[in-house]
Amino acid sequence: MATTHVLPKLVGQRIKRREDPRLIQGRGTYVDDVKIVGMQHIAFKRSDIAHGRIRRLDVSVAKALEGVEAVFTGAQLAELIRPMPIGTPFPSPTHRAIAVDVVRYVGEAVAVVVARDRYVARDAVDAIVVEYEPLPAVVDLERAMTGQPAVIHADFPNNIALPQIASGTGVDASGKADDTKIDQAFAAADVVISQRMVNQRLVPNAMEPRGVVAHYEPGKGSLTMWSSTQNPHILRSMVAGMLGLGESQVRAIAPEVGGGFGAKINIYAEEYVAAAVSKALGLPVKWIEERTEAFVATTHGRDILGYVDLAATKDGKVLGLKLRLIADIGAYNMLLTAAIPTLTMLMANATYDIPAIRATLVEVFTNKTPTDAYRGAGRPEATYFVERAMDMLAAELRIDPAEVRRRNFIPSDKFPYATQMGAVYDSGDYEKALDVALAAAGWEALKAERDAARKQGRLVGLGLSMYVEVCGVGPSASLPTGGWEHAQVTVERDGRITAATGASPHGQGNETTFAQMLADQFGVPLEHVTILHGDTAVVKQGIGTFGSRSQAVGGTALVMAGARVKAKMAKFAGPLLEAHEADLVFENGIISVKGLPTSGKSFKDVASYAYVPVPLPEGLEPGLSEEAFFEPKNNTYPFGCHISMVEVDRQTGEPRLLKLVAVDDAGTLINPLIVEGQIHGGLAQGIGQALIEEAVYDEQGQLLTGSFMDYAMPRATDFPRFELQAMVTPTPVNPLGAKGVGEAGTLGSTPCLVAATVDALREFGVKHIDMSLRPEKLWRIIQGGRA
Amino acid sequence: MSQVAIIVNGKARKADVEPRMLLVHVLREQFNLTGTHLGCDTSQCGACTVLVDGRSAKSCTIFAVQADGSEVTTIEGLATDGQLHPLQKGFWDAHGLQCGYCTPGMIMSAVTLLRDTPDPTEAQIREGIAGNLCRCTGYQHIVDAIQLAAGRR
Ligand code: FES
Ligand code: FES
Repeated sequence: MATTHVLPKLVGQRIKRREDPRLIQGRGTYVDDVKIVGMQHIAFKRSDIAHGRIRRLDVSVAKALEGVEAVFTGAQLAELIRPMPIGTPFPSPTHRAIAVDVVRYVGEAVAVVVARDRYVARDAVDAIVVEYEPLPAVVDLERAMTGQPAVIHADFPNNIALPQIASGTGVDASGKADDTKIDQAFAAADVVISQRMVNQRLVPNAMEPRGVVAHYEPGKGSLTMWSSTQNPHILRSMVAGMLGLGESQVRAIAPEVGGGFGAKINIYAEEYVAAAVSKALGLPVKWIEERTEAFVATTHGRDILGYVDLAATKDGKVLGLKLRLIADIGAYNMLLTAAIPTLTMLMANATYDIPAIRATLVEVFTNKTPTDAYRGAGRPEATYFVERAMDMLAAELRIDPAEVRRRNFIPSDKFPYATQMGAVYDSGDYEKALDVALAAAGWEALKAERDAARKQGRLVGLGLSMYVEVCGVGPSASLPTGGWEHAQVTVERDGRITAATGASPHGQGNETTFAQMLADQFGVPLEHVTILHGDTAVVKQGIGTFGSRSQAVGGTALVMAGARVKAKMAKFAGPLLEAHEADLVFENGIISVKGLPTSGKSFKDVASYAYVPVPLPEGLEPGLSEEAFFEPKNNTYPFGCHISMVEVDRQTGEPRLLKLVAVDDAGTLINPLIVEGQIHGGLAQGIGQALIEEAVYDEQGQLLTGSFMDYAMPRATDFPRFELQAMVTPTPVNPLGAKGVGEAGTLGSTPCLVAATVDALREFGVKHIDMSLRPEKLWRIIQGGRA
Repeated sequence: MSQVAIIVNGKARKADVEPRMLLVHVLREQFNLTGTHLGCDTSQCGACTVLVDGRSAKSCTIFAVQADGSEVTTIEGLATDGQLHPLQKGFWDAHGLQCGYCTPGMIMSAVTLLRDTPDPTEAQIREGIAGNLCRCTGYQHIVDAIQLAAGRR
């Protein structure tokens, strides 16, 4: 009997990440680190105009360059692959991976070069000559809706990608709307707040640009792809479909992935093209996106215009909300493009008990890079619109912004709560989150501090916002890719545990958190657990990591599979210990009879017995490997409250974030250290959106903020130290109680910062300022106020 | 083609390069030191930061021929005798990385930061890494990591 040492429980602990040793030593393998003998490099010739007809495309000089293997035009590519598929059930125009006759945004590919190395590939791209007949660029969103100055896709009159859909009070399942209740709410109101708000277009900018290596092996008839993607299994299915291969002939690998933020969910033209070109030439090919290329070739985020009307009594009780949304989706539908703004509708209830709500949505094509998911994907927009309106209501009625929210919260005893918008909020305590945040920030003291600063002539303001988001995305009815996640857990012959998860991480630390869970479940050391992911040949099935779902859905699948293996292992251990399997405990690397800790067999011995079972217990198959698919019955709804203090420089208009307090409730936390990192990162992106980030197009449809020289990426000097506080309200939706946290930080931060900035500039009579809060914009308000 | 001789992580290396070849590409593709990353094409992100003759430099902004005769240290050469550098330990302990893509450059910048300012304030750290972009962490744990490393040296 080995001496036992007690293993600590790991779930809930701040465990250092197991991913880090390789990454801090430069030994991670990202897609650009993959090399294959004979590998060629591909590069794309891209349109430098926003809208035009290709008149001439001359690739002859490029083709003749030494080291160039091949050049394909859009027409040639169209013979190899089908038009681009989308993942939503909405109508969509034909979209070729490489433009065939018309280009519709700056950055759309018009030809692809295959060459010996990336320098030669670039030379060849520069040698391609394209002449366009320019067409008017459709840039202004509301003008685009009138079909002006041009119609981008002939089958979509007035550039309407998705004709108006409605949801909320009085809207039946067929989408027919009865306005009685909403009209009554507005008729009964003492005060109505109306504001047009822009939730501006952003560039996701994961630090690792996208990239793909495609290796078609003609002898085997199979394709292996490495791609910087959030979801290798979806990539596999889509590429197989596009190339006419069976899914079992395609292996997709997401190696180390340098950030995704939603923009690496979409399956892109470059992935299909690389696969098709590799198959056509029988050569491995690599494409690595350059940063300025990424600015136009990788999907953008947000870009929703909202007309918000909020009806309330003079006491600040909200009676009704109208949200008219118009989404600028760019030139084409991508994988989830059309679905993202529908999440804004879904979350229009925010944290409030609002008697009548009507949300409508129209999606519009413009000559810009297509949009798709970006961290938060639709929910930060909803939070922003509703929270800004709540602030304007508070200001109008001269009620404290905390108080106006308190008067409208969904009460904590009303959960699960079915919203007007069709969501069922799983669990929550919004008033408590508010109180925790007010206490953590010292709200009253902050107000005194602000007022004192104002007396000295400083422009200081406070902002507060609540949020609730929809995470742990599933079930399959709500996700066209399938709303489940898959896992397989194997106890090896030597007692080590190998687990494969379909939740393919790109910075979330799943190798650590998932190992914590399994180590606890089996009572073994963390080092004995290995988590495999990101390879369709290793992980049989999967959906991927997005929508803050890897813990809530993927983690649950993992412990379900773990429980199945454990149950089988107990069946092997039972006879050895002459005990009933139900009486066994797995602890400290030992399986023993409850109450008799020294009676046990080592975990390892039971494992090896399961693989050489002499005698084989009645009714058992050898081996210890089980899998599970988990499909949640509902999404999860994390929530929280953010408070900020902003100072605006009276001379320059420059805003400075002085303080940010975030209270987040993501349900049960597996590793608080990792959770904090996720919140910090989300906050940085939300604050970035509020203060400095913005994809700006000129009238010709040129992206003016098209590189790191022009697009303001947040730097370390832009932030104060964030002050976080966790609240834990477990979800009943999954056995872990975990809700998800990846996107949380992006939700509360934008309205919170805008509120603080508006508050800082209150003396100038300003009620709302659209993001980003550029110094020039604020300076003008200050100047106007003086005039 | 010109030949360059560079001492990389203590080892003398030679490479035949086109004059326009960037140092980062020689490191990554000819010397197989793929820990140095590329995050932009305008010298703004710092993912490619290495030490050239002991000081941090953006290897995407240097032609390989300019580095001829110099000594270069990359992230792979930072640990000594199998011992992690204090900054590597700091990043691990303080959860200073998520996707890890910016990390090698961030660490190499911090090497110079701590050499110049051994006991930096938080503001000095933030200033010192302002040339390095990280999209994942919001920088707070990176600041903690550098502080931790500074305290341990
Ligand atoms: S790669 Fe961005 S600065 Fe060098
Ligand atoms: S850890 Fe991902 S960019 Fe810094």
